[in-house]
Amino acid sequence: MQTANLLPLILVIAVIAYGLSYMRSRAVAEPIGGIRNLKALPFYYAARAALWCAIPALIVLALWAGFEGKVIQNYVVASLPAELAPESDGQASLILSQINNVAAGKLDPQFVPPEVVGAADLLDALKQRSASFKATLVILLAVLGAAYAWTRVQPHINARENVERTLRWIFFVCAAVAVLTTVGIVFSVIFETFRFFGKVPITEFLFGTSWSPQTALRADQVGSDGAFGIIPLFTGTLLISAIALLVAVPVGLLSAVYLSEYATRPARAVIKPLLEMLAGVPTVVYGFFAALTVAPFIRDLAERIGLEASSQSALAAGLVMGVMIIPFVSSLSDDVINAVPQTLRDGSLALGATQSETMKNVIFPAALPGIMGGILLAASRAIGETMIVVMAAGLAANLTANPLDSVTTVTVQIVTLLTGDQEFDSAKTLAAFALGMMLFIVTLALNVVALKIVRKYREQYD
Amino acid sequence: MTDQRSQAEIVRQSLKRRYRKERRFRLYGMTAIAIALLSLVVLFTDIIGKGYTGFIKTTMTLEVVLDGEQMYLDDASDKDQMSMADFQAPIITALQKHFPEVEERKDLRELSRLAGSYASNQIKDLLARQPELLGTTQTMEFLVHDTVSVYVKHADNPAYSIRLSEQQQRWVDELVQKGVVDTGFNDVFFSRGDSREPSNAGILGAIVGSLLTMVVTLVIAFPMGVAAAVYLEEFAPQNKFTDFIEVNINNLAAVPSIIFGLLGLAVFIGVFGLPRSVPVLGGLVLALMTLPTIIISSRAAIKSVPPSIREAAEGIGASKMQVVLHHVVPLAMPGMMTGSIIGMAQALGETAPLLLIGMVAFIVEIPDGFFSSATVLPVQIYLWASSAEQGFVELASAGIMILLSFMITMNALAIWLRKRLERRW
Repeated sequence: MQTANLLPLILVIAVIAYGLSYMRSRAVAEPIGGIRNLKALPFYYAARAALWCAIPALIVLALWAGFEGKVIQNYVVASLPAELAPESDGQASLILSQINNVAAGKLDPQFVPPEVVGAADLLDALKQRSASFKATLVILLAVLGAAYAWTRVQPHINARENVERTLRWIFFVCAAVAVLTTVGIVFSVIFETFRFFGKVPITEFLFGTSWSPQTALRADQVGSDGAFGIIPLFTGTLLISAIALLVAVPVGLLSAVYLSEYATRPARAVIKPLLEMLAGVPTVVYGFFAALTVAPFIRDLAERIGLEASSQSALAAGLVMGVMIIPFVSSLSDDVINAVPQTLRDGSLALGATQSETMKNVIFPAALPGIMGGILLAASRAIGETMIVVMAAGLAANLTANPLDSVTTVTVQIVTLLTGDQEFDSAKTLAAFALGMMLFIVTLALNVVALKIVRKYREQYD
Repeated sequence: MTDQRSQAEIVRQSLKRRYRKERRFRLYGMTAIAIALLSLVVLFTDIIGKGYTGFIKTTMTLEVVLDGEQMYLDDASDKDQMSMADFQAPIITALQKHFPEVEERKDLRELSRLAGSYASNQIKDLLARQPELLGTTQTMEFLVHDTVSVYVKHADNPAYSIRLSEQQQRWVDELVQKGVVDTGFNDVFFSRGDSREPSNAGILGAIVGSLLTMVVTLVIAFPMGVAAAVYLEEFAPQNKFTDFIEVNINNLAAVPSIIFGLLGLAVFIGVFGLPRSVPVLGGLVLALMTLPTIIISSRAAIKSVPPSIREAAEGIGASKMQVVLHHVVPLAMPGMMTGSIIGMAQALGETAPLLLIGMVAFIVEIPDGFFSSATVLPVQIYLWASSAEQGFVELASAGIMILLSFMITMNALAIWLRKRLERRW
């Protein structure tokens, strides 16, 4: 039975357990003078039965479904005769896909060696056996749990406390998923990264100035060793992010100032949501806009004034990315400016300063740390942004500071290395994980520093 | 005395300059807002201008003689014959009726290219369904070839005609005048999956894929997010681990989305062996990505429930869990839902992580379940935007309009919910 069918079945058993326990708790309460003499309301006895029924069964089901594929695969590969035993991971995945295709009936058995057909039969048999074991075990657990809880519907047992404790644990697990996600991210990049550094020395990765991740498909192929120097990617990322910040910081900051100090209430009520719309537009839309409208426009403009521009210039991607993070900067600085105590403002105005002088000489210096934090957050946004650069920036890793040239970024390379044809173990794929690790570390550092600054700043005025 | 007066004098003299500065500063602020709003307007007009033609289809109505001899077919119910037959021939003949002067082989080939590449399939399907129609004359509507469609829709712009020869342009103009080639509402776009040919490609597959993915995301992220928020606000002890959880949530909210794609690739595909490019996988990855947003907004909603409610419930003997589940959570629900809808809208527009977990595949069929290969709206837009053919650009912008209208609806719903259900204490 499929996992998808087992879920509703567990639910049904749980509902039945709920109903039976509810009735039993009423029946138990009858001779001792009604439900007021039970330790808990019938609802809690019933809920406890449902939990006892569902939770163990679900946990086992999740574990089984999560690992059965891998276990069966390894068993099947191990069962292959010696002459077919895969020598490398690439071969292993090839044979596995052959076996899978034969088993699924997509590949005619006469095109593959008989051992593979045998393995496919084995795979089928194992899958079936695993499925029936899984279904039996899960249903048994559900029924046993329900039966146990049913016998425990007794007036002296406080079911409410059990249920509440279980719920609290469930809530805790949900909160801990955030930690698990972080751990998952770290582990998913760290292993591949270390394997990558086994193939390419870390110094070459960090300090190399050339990036061309073409590795040889065959050992005897010429001139395609691949170069994995991250410097051109970092300069490209920095160039585009810098252009984006040059747009977003002044525009975002000044609009925040205008909105918080000058704009009338109705104007603010209209303009603020409109600005926030810019943040809600999906990045793929910005990418489309950058690639098909802004980039050709910039190229034509540059040609008209006699400059040479690439059709995938860093400028186009940067400008559009800047527009995207305007609302980010403006709403963060708005918060910060509003957090400056009114007394500072009043004091300055009372001394005869104009509004702009108050802004420039009093509020801005007071808000500066908070604004810096906001800018750092915006920078981390710009560095991690993917779609705009995938669509509008180039693939060629040029080491240049010319905004009209085409550059590539870390995120673009991750996407290009991991989409399209790939063998999972090549230095190419592993390089993507190493890049992901760098990206994660850099954005994490920026975020931690920024959040620390912002928090410190808030405490200053609270 | 004199000293003070001159001081006042100095201030007065500088006033003009200071007011000028004040005005200039205000002007800077207005310019900044104008720039931001202008980019919004340019963005939207650009997309609408490029995309409205995506909602128009160009068709060609022809009197087709289903002549068996011409198609090398004498029994349409015979499968072998059907697979060998020439269904292009009747279309050429029908077109030739409009241009009897065309006789040369080369010209005929050019003429036949006006019809879409699926036109012959249309005849084949018709005959397969109703074999008795062989030998009759049928009035059939075909989609025109993509280049013709683009040419007709942009008749006033010479940039769109470069892929048709002058002769072909003349033919098309004449057919338009005769009313043979006509435009209409593009129902194909709303009823099909992707295709290699722009005029035959639709967005329904991507919409269904997005819907399935969003269901998975919602089912996972909403209960988990609410539960986590309840734990952190109501039950969490003041200790290092709680702090650690909070730091993690705040950082996850700012991790670049592409990193979640790497997580999905390494953990869900690599370790758990989930198949690539299925809605379950996409939904899982997006759920992990949206979780921090939902947790943060749910916590804010829980915080805004006044302590008097809790105290009243505790006062009449409710346990902590009863206070939370019977009073706090129901009262905070509108706020939680608002936050979740906004989070879901973000997830709907997310592309980058889905690229890494294989949702960029070219998929023609409309997905029929959580485990069938699918693509989603933003990825479909990305695929079309990076295709070379002119016809795909208008489809991409039309797709963007649909995506944006979904997102605007969701955000409007969130605003309505907030206005309608949220209580001010």
